[in-house]
Amino acid sequence: MSAPTVELSRQSGNGAVAPATPPERKPLTKKEIASDHPTWCPGCGDFSVLALYFKLIERRKLWQEKIATISGIGCSSRFPYFVQGYGAHYIHGRSLPFASGVSLSRPDLHVFVFGGDGDMFSIGGNHFNHAARKNVKLTCVVMDNWVYGLTKKQTSPTSPLGFKSKTDTWGAVDYPINPMKQAIAAGATFVARTTHTNPNHVLQMMEAAMDHDGFSFIECLSECVEFYEGAFDASNPRKGGVFNVVPPDHDVTDEAAAYKLADQPFPGSFGIFYKASRPTKNAKEAAVNAAAREKVKGLKDWEILRKAFDRMK
Amino acid sequence: MSDAASPSPPESPGPEPKISTINEAVIRIAGNSQDGIQAIGGFLARLAGRSEQEVMTFMTIPSTISGGPSIFQVRIGSGEVASAGDDADVLLAFYQHSYEEHLSSLKKGGIVLFDADHVEPKPEWQQDYHHVGIPISSLTIEAIGGTAKDKGKNIFALGLLARIFDLNVAKLEGLIGERFGGKDTSILKNALAAFHAGYAHSLGQVFETFKFSESQRRSGQQVVTNGNEALAYGIIAAGVRFGAAYPITPWSDVMEILRRELPKYGGTFVQCEDEIAAISMANGASFAGRVAVTGSSGPGISLKMESVGWAVMAEIPLVVVNVQRGGPSTGMPTSVEQSDLNLACFGSHGDAPRVVLAPADVEDCFYTAIEAVNIARKFNVPVFILSDQAIATRIEAFSAPDLEKVCQDITPDLSPVADFKPYDLSTPEGTTRRAVPGTPILSGRYPIAGGLEHDEYGHPTGSPKLHMQMTAKRRKKLQVLAATLPTPKVYGPPEGNVLLVGWGSTRGPIQEAVDRARAAGDSVSAVHIKHLNPLPPGLENIFSGFNTVRVVEMNDEGLYGYGQLAGLLRARFCDPKISGINKTDGLTWRVKDILERARTDISTGLRKL
Repeated sequence: MSAPTVELSRQSGNGAVAPATPPERKPLTKKEIASDHPTWCPGCGDFSVLALYFKLIERRKLWQEKIATISGIGCSSRFPYFVQGYGAHYIHGRSLPFASGVSLSRPDLHVFVFGGDGDMFSIGGNHFNHAARKNVKLTCVVMDNWVYGLTKKQTSPTSPLGFKSKTDTWGAVDYPINPMKQAIAAGATFVARTTHTNPNHVLQMMEAAMDHDGFSFIECLSECVEFYEGAFDASNPRKGGVFNVVPPDHDVTDEAAAYKLADQPFPGSFGIFYKASRPTKNAKEAAVNAAAREKVKGLKDWEILRKAFDRMK
Repeated sequence: MSDAASPSPPESPGPEPKISTINEAVIRIAGNSQDGIQAIGGFLARLAGRSEQEVMTFMTIPSTISGGPSIFQVRIGSGEVASAGDDADVLLAFYQHSYEEHLSSLKKGGIVLFDADHVEPKPEWQQDYHHVGIPISSLTIEAIGGTAKDKGKNIFALGLLARIFDLNVAKLEGLIGERFGGKDTSILKNALAAFHAGYAHSLGQVFETFKFSESQRRSGQQVVTNGNEALAYGIIAAGVRFGAAYPITPWSDVMEILRRELPKYGGTFVQCEDEIAAISMANGASFAGRVAVTGSSGPGISLKMESVGWAVMAEIPLVVVNVQRGGPSTGMPTSVEQSDLNLACFGSHGDAPRVVLAPADVEDCFYTAIEAVNIARKFNVPVFILSDQAIATRIEAFSAPDLEKVCQDITPDLSPVADFKPYDLSTPEGTTRRAVPGTPILSGRYPIAGGLEHDEYGHPTGSPKLHMQMTAKRRKKLQVLAATLPTPKVYGPPEGNVLLVGWGSTRGPIQEAVDRARAAGDSVSAVHIKHLNPLPPGLENIFSGFNTVRVVEMNDEGLYGYGQLAGLLRARFCDPKISGINKTDGLTWRVKDILERARTDISTGLRKL
């Protein structure tokens, strides 16, 4: 697909003196943005998320120098290797603080984090809460398959009660985490839910997440055909399920309403549950810096440091 | 003696005591942690710095929020001062426990000044020590009309010390003014009143007072600070503009300073939810083109280790500070130990070579930070700075650095490059320019930083050949670094009987031990190793000049009888004459203890040479 990108051709048409405009840069094609062939099993839901990320990059004219793709460990976290762009495959569970380091030190980049339910809600659960409450500007997509896939079918923090895995052969006994509730309670300022079987909806959520100024979180159901086949059939009309979008009268700024929506039994609703406007950590740190810089205006770094040393004399 | 500014003595002074000129003095102040005794020590240290004298301090603090015994020892000298001194010339004791606990640290014949309101002197000790009892608490209340019962008695005591050592009153008043001169002018007024009352108090019972001889060594303006502060400003001078950490004693000061100061330079320091998040955030910023810093103390460093391994694997420049304390586990949070050397050199799984540096004094903390950043940048490797509780909290005076010259700008270069291989096997010393996110790469091939073994572009591989080549690459670049490191200089003659080897904060007492032994006619030299991993070249030549090599460390002698550096050196040089002198009392080395422990080697010397 190649959507005509009107918004980026800013040729001035009214006779005003226009600055010399460089020839319009073409968006990246799928061929240019695709890298290694994914290691996922045929039929894995993650293929769909990757394809839609490519589509997002193309549609929104995100060139390689504008983005960073970050992940932790898990099947879905192989993601950056499949993207021809700057990326990092970090350690298990810690992709969010790593990505926060990128986001806070490089305001010129848009940071995308991809991970799984184990990465984000088990080993990295604490980081999820804190990245959300700090409202670090980045987009976090959790490809939730309700099972550990890379290590071959152990119980995950989102596995439903009774799910039979290699670590719970009699069925999961621990109450599962509800990612949407978790995100809302932690203070995420953009919380959306989608599923890999509805590509247009996935792309729509990704675009909305990207445009959100803050910590944007998407839970994307992504079926593991190998270890949890049919987990999400009830949300897939092609498998006899129903895909319900968030009711049109839902107020996305109403935290309690969002929490209630997250409490619906599966398959629940899909769309943006919650969206709040709160200053990002990036903006707050920038404000701290602006105030501090104002006080040392005109001084070179070594001259600022000299003032500190003068106080030690 | 210089005239006091405007003291109105509460009673008429007795006969003027004798004045002796001295080169140095060790003053130990013992009280409780909330008494402000660190403030007295701080004033004395800064005064010494402003008087171009050398100074070193030593303190112990309880790991409680408030209360508990605490000491501050300050050694001021007109000549070189390398340690905080073994025994005190003057002990200032605020309480009975301070008096009883610390009298043994006073030289025989030394002066013990005690608060007569709280201390009942022991008759059996009056013979050996010169006792001077002054009702410090009640006189302070008398001077400033105290309501809060103990406020100001530290400043009163400072006045007493100023009198005994004929300190420069105008300079001290200046320092008190800088410290207490805030919005509430009554605070400064009270502080000065307490100081003057102490200064004017009758010293009739003291049989002599002292005067420091003119300073020989220093010229120009000195700065007076502690190791944590010097380290934090070194990190800033090095050009680091991003850091992340989690609070822990005794590292926290560094992060507090960086959090406060970095914004002035356009940088950011983040307090994270935990230690792992902190190093991860630093890794992220380093990946994104900064050389980021994280730091902690013992337990926190243990938590960071998986991420250190990632930085080794992904070849990311990162600086990790460890302000060591007593371990393992929560251990002795406010005591000193050098027991994290193995952790720094070998922590994390797999073959994970990294660089380890240890500053030897407060001034060295500043320059070590810059060196660490530059090694990290050049070799794309994590670099540990092993500081410790003693160096972190002790105060020293040193010449102000030439900041215009040493300050660095290490903003990433984002201009386009033709192609970039992050793990280029043909450049073992590390890539010259790392293309970081935001840099257009004209070939269209972009690097991936990952923890999986990888090819030259960073893509995963299970190739046995590539794993061997990449493992060797990560090792070889440190071998290249090692070849460039300076051979440490021997302190004392290059040949002799005993060589004392040290690292980190122990350089001062070790070198003093050499001085003292040589003055007694013994053949002892020392060498101090700053680059601990990789080791610098030429150590075997140095060792070959001595009968025995004793590695002086503040850690346990280990299962096989060798401390952590001694173990490394034995593994490296297979030399049976290397052994250790170790201790685990959580205190800094006293010179006499080092000499006592090396005594057997010293006295059986000359048997081989």
